[in-house]
Amino acid sequence: MSSPVIIRATNLVKWFGEDEARTIAVKQVSFDVQYGEILYIVGPSGSGKTTLLSMISGILRPDEGRVFVEDQDLWSMNDDELADLRLNKIGFVFQDYHLFPRLTTVENVAIPLILQKKEWNEALRLSRDYLEIVGLKDRADLQPVKLSGGEQQRVAIARAIAGKPDILIFDEPTASLDGDTGRKIIGFVKSNILNDKRAIIIVTHDSRIYEYADRIMKMEDGKIVGYENNHRYEK
Amino acid sequence: MKPVSGIYRVALKLLMNDKSKFTALLVGITFAVFLMVMMMSMFSGILARSCAPVHNIGAKIWVMDPAVNNTNSSIPMPDYILSASRSIPGVNFAVPLYFGSALVKLKDGAYQAATVVGLDDATLFGRPEMIEGRIEDIFAENAFVVVKDAEFSKLENPTIGTEFEINDNRGTVVGIAQVASSGLFGVPTLYTTYNRAITYIPSARFTTSYVLIEPKSVADVPGIQKAIARLGYEALTRDQFVRKVANFYTFKTGVGMNIMMMTAISFIVGLSISGQTFYTFILENIGKFGAMKAIGAKGNELIAMILAQAFVTSLIGYGLGVGAASTFIIIAKWRIPDYAAQLTFQTLGLALVMVMIIAAFSSYIGVRKVLQIQPFDIFRG
Repeated sequence: MSSPVIIRATNLVKWFGEDEARTIAVKQVSFDVQYGEILYIVGPSGSGKTTLLSMISGILRPDEGRVFVEDQDLWSMNDDELADLRLNKIGFVFQDYHLFPRLTTVENVAIPLILQKKEWNEALRLSRDYLEIVGLKDRADLQPVKLSGGEQQRVAIARAIAGKPDILIFDEPTASLDGDTGRKIIGFVKSNILNDKRAIIIVTHDSRIYEYADRIMKMEDGKIVGYENNHRYEK
Repeated sequence: MKPVSGIYRVALKLLMNDKSKFTALLVGITFAVFLMVMMMSMFSGILARSCAPVHNIGAKIWVMDPAVNNTNSSIPMPDYILSASRSIPGVNFAVPLYFGSALVKLKDGAYQAATVVGLDDATLFGRPEMIEGRIEDIFAENAFVVVKDAEFSKLENPTIGTEFEINDNRGTVVGIAQVASSGLFGVPTLYTTYNRAITYIPSARFTTSYVLIEPKSVADVPGIQKAIARLGYEALTRDQFVRKVANFYTFKTGVGMNIMMMTAISFIVGLSISGQTFYTFILENIGKFGAMKAIGAKGNELIAMILAQAFVTSLIGYGLGVGAASTFIIIAKWRIPDYAAQLTFQTLGLALVMVMIIAAFSSYIGVRKVLQIQPFDIFRG
C-alpha cells in the first residue's frame, strides 16, 4: 500500500514571455509526491525542472493547473498565506545556499524560527540543536565564510529543517560540491532528515547521487517523460 | 519589557556586522548632520545676535519708522510720536529710546566703534542688569555703563572710573552690566541716558530711534498698532520685531540664502552617501533577501527590516553628528568669544527631520529593490 500523498500537482502549465517571445516552460504536468519518499526531478537545462519546483512550492504561480499541499489548494491562497505555508510546511536548500555572510551559522539557522515569531534566545537554542543534527554544533558561532562548501550545505540543511517542514526542497544540492561530499550530504539527508512524515524533492543534474532517490522523475521540454525507481541506480 | 523582535535583531546584525558599509553610512550621515547642525546653529546664532537689543531692552511694543528692517539701522522719529503714543488708549506708558553708534577714543589713542543705548531719563526703562556699580550713577556727569560681553575687552577692559573720549566729550564708566545677548557686529555696548546720548552723539533734526510702549493689556495691542499706523509709523510687538529682523537677515542679505544653500548641500551630501551606500548594501544582499522571501518572510517583514536598518543607522548618525557639532560649538565658544553659533531645539528638530528624510529615502530605494526580487529568481540563480 502506498504512502499518503503530500503534494498533488495536476495539469500544471507555465508560459514565459509575451507575444512572439512567448515560450512554454511546463506543459500539462501532473504528479504526486508521497510522505517518506525522496523524489528526484532530473532533466537537461531548460527542461522545466526549476519552474515546476517553484510552482509546487508556492513561489511561482502556474498559468493553468492546481497544486495541493496536504489537501490545501496552494494557488487559491493570497501572498501572505503562501508565505506562511512556505514557512511552516516547506524547507528550502538553495543551490548557492544563500546564507547571510554577516550572521553566524547559528543565526542563519535561526531565521525560519525567527520568522515563526520564536523569541531570539529560544530560536538560537533550537538552532544549536539543528546544527547538532547536521554535525556542526562546534561551528555554531562561526560565520559561514569560515566553513567549507560541504559544511555550508549542511548549515543550509539545518536552516531548512529548523522550521519543522513536511516538505524539503533541494535545488541542485551537489552543484557546488565534489562527488564524495555530495554523496555524503545526500546520504546523510536520507538517513537523518527523511522520515515518514516528510517528503524530499531534489532537482539535480548529478547522476552520482541518483542512488539515494526513491523515485526519479525525468523531464524534457517541459513534460514528464518518465519515471525510474531507485533500483536501477543501486550500486 | 518585550524583547526586540528577532527580525529587527537580524536586520541590525546584517548591517552592523558589515563594518565597512555600516561605517560608511555612519560617517556619511554624521558628517551631513554635523554640517547641517553647524550651518543652522550659525544662522540661529546670527539671528539671535541680530535681535539682541530687542531681547535686552525687553519692551513689549516697539514703535519705529516702517522702513526700519533691523535694530541697528533705526530711522529717527519726530518727538510728537512719543507724545502721540502716550495719548493712545490702552498705553500704560511710552518712553523714548536712543540707539546709535559712536567712536570711542581710548586711553592709548586708538578709536573703537561702540553701540550707544540711551535710556529714558525718567524711568531708565530697558536698563541692563548691573554686575558692578549702581544704575542710579548713570545720572552722574558723563556717566556710561559698559556691558561686559565678548566685546568688553575692545574698550581695554574698563573698570569703574575709567575715562574715555566719545565724540570729543568725556565719558566715565560708572558701572559694569550684563545683558542676555551680545550684538551681531562685534562692537562694545555703552548705556547712558537718552538726553546724554542725543547730546553727545551728533544727529539730524529728529532724535528718537524707537518709542517703547508698555500696553495696559495684551488686548490693547491691536488698537495701539492701528493708532500708530494712522500716524504713518509702525508698532511691532517684540516677536513681530524679531521676526522682521530675522526676515531681513534671512531673505534680504546674503547670510540667510548662503547658509540655507550650505545646509541644503550638506543634506544632499548626506542623502547621496547614505542612499548610495545603503543601496549597495541591499544589492549585495539581494539574493539573501530573496531567499528569506522564499523561506516565508512576508513583504511587510522585509520592509520592517530595511526600515529598522535605515532608521537606526540614521539615528545613531544623528546622535554622533549632533554630539560632534555641540562639541565643536562649545570649544569654539571657549576659544572665540565672538563665535555666534547657538544650538537650539528648532535646529535639532530640523536636523532630525532632514535625517529622517535621508532614512526614508534610503529605505525607499532599499524596499523597492527588495520587493522587486522574486524568490523564483533565486532558484534560477
